[in-house]
Amino acid sequence: MSEWWTYSLSDFLMFSSRSYYRLFALYNEALWPAHLLAIAVGVVVIGCIAVAQHKTYRIAALILAISWAWVAWAYHLERYADINTAGPYFAAAFALQALLLCVAALRPRATPPARAKQLVALWFAALAVLAYPLLALATDREWLQAEVFGMAPDPTVVATLAVLLAWRAHWHLWLIPVAWCLASGATLMELGVGFAWLPPAAAIFVVAAGLFFRRLKQAS
Amino acid sequence: MPPDPLSRRRLLQAMLAVSGGMVLPAHPAPAPLLSRPILSSGEHIPVIGLGSWITFNVGRDPQARAECQAVMRQFFAGGGRLIDSSPMYGSAQDVIGEALQAIKPVRLFSADKVWISGGARGVQQIEASRRLWRVPRFDLLQVHNLLSWEEHLKTLLAMKKEGRLRYVGITTSEGRRHDEIEKIMASQPIDVVQVSYNALDREVEQRILPLARERRIGVIVNRPFRQGDLTQALAGKPLPGWGAEIGCTTWAQALLKFIVSHPAVTCAIPATSSVAHVRENLLAGTGRMPDEALRKRIAQDVERLA
Repeated sequence: MSEWWTYSLSDFLMFSSRSYYRLFALYNEALWPAHLLAIAVGVVVIGCIAVAQHKTYRIAALILAISWAWVAWAYHLERYADINTAGPYFAAAFALQALLLCVAALRPRATPPARAKQLVALWFAALAVLAYPLLALATDREWLQAEVFGMAPDPTVVATLAVLLAWRAHWHLWLIPVAWCLASGATLMELGVGFAWLPPAAAIFVVAAGLFFRRLKQAS
Repeated sequence: MPPDPLSRRRLLQAMLAVSGGMVLPAHPAPAPLLSRPILSSGEHIPVIGLGSWITFNVGRDPQARAECQAVMRQFFAGGGRLIDSSPMYGSAQDVIGEALQAIKPVRLFSADKVWISGGARGVQQIEASRRLWRVPRFDLLQVHNLLSWEEHLKTLLAMKKEGRLRYVGITTSEGRRHDEIEKIMASQPIDVVQVSYNALDREVEQRILPLARERRIGVIVNRPFRQGDLTQALAGKPLPGWGAEIGCTTWAQALLKFIVSHPAVTCAIPATSSVAHVRENLLAGTGRMPDEALRKRIAQDVERLA
């Protein structure tokens, strides 16, 4: 693309906020009541962080791997690609992250977290699983347009960041979730919707927390 | 020249509109929409067209698709002809195609684009676009944002020569690559150029619009409202007295009249997902147009208020 510096984020936004959230409404409508199962599975992830053992890390990583694979296929490829030409690329990135999480689940190298780090991770996991669906109401959207862990990308990614923080996961597992949070935040900001700052803020806070706890451990 | 308000034709139209309104309240009689010739052929097209960027990219949502269809139905009922889209616009082409299949408009002017690297891939993309539109052939194909323009222009000009396409064009937006646009306009046998132009973004007035007149190239104007930013900035601000002089009741109409009253402009292509806005936009293509002095005043007032 020539004169790329003359393009702004808005030049790449090819759909309206209405089309974006109608996508969630139709997606949710088609899959109801699978949301109940998804939230229950999300609660299991929170439980895994609370218990914090090697076995629970494996369980959380496997649940997340399945969630990322599902979002890659059912959301990005089957639905988001209809209104965003980048949809197939997002699907590929989510599928790759699913694979990385699978490998992490099979070959855990993670260490159980310190108490303070565990609490931060628990807070973010709760935000992703329990609070994210409520954002629809807080931003005057309908219930049908709620974003649910395991089905919608943003809460799935924020929950993943929480798990990665809890177990001080290898850096390569962080790349796609952080990149998605930035891309999603930019999209939501351009759409002018409420809580657009949440995904990038979550990524920045969790990464900063990870670095902080790491330095703290090294110092002690 | 402004039409005589008491002419027999207008009186008859008013009577028809009233009597028609009694029977068909949903679709008022089409207003006499002004048209301009495509200079290379002399074929007239209405000065208000319909864009599809963002507004028609609604995916598979049946409700939103029905709304787009209602917009198109109103557009054709109001005398509109030219609909513009691109393979870059997500599901817009398919949404248009589905609506065309349902509406079966008598006088469609289909304008699409080719937007891909490489000439051979362009041929495939054009065919894929045609299938999505569900039309036997396009009226106008434009090279979108000058991407691989040398290769695509060759393809499009060959298609025109073979009778598989009626008009060839190029596009840009938001003032990008105007130097290159000018060179192509001066050297290639194109029929249409598509550029951004509105009461605030007037760079094309300097060279591109005069060159279009000189080279007898039609001009399609995109982003007449700066993708809604302009109408939003003017919302709530009263239309100055000149609005009534040219039959405008809204800023959107005044902004469109400013554009289509430029003698080099063939048509503007505002995009909307609202039936009410289509009606409003089409009205801007009727009645009295601002003269040069008033055009300057409109631009000054918009600069001051937006």
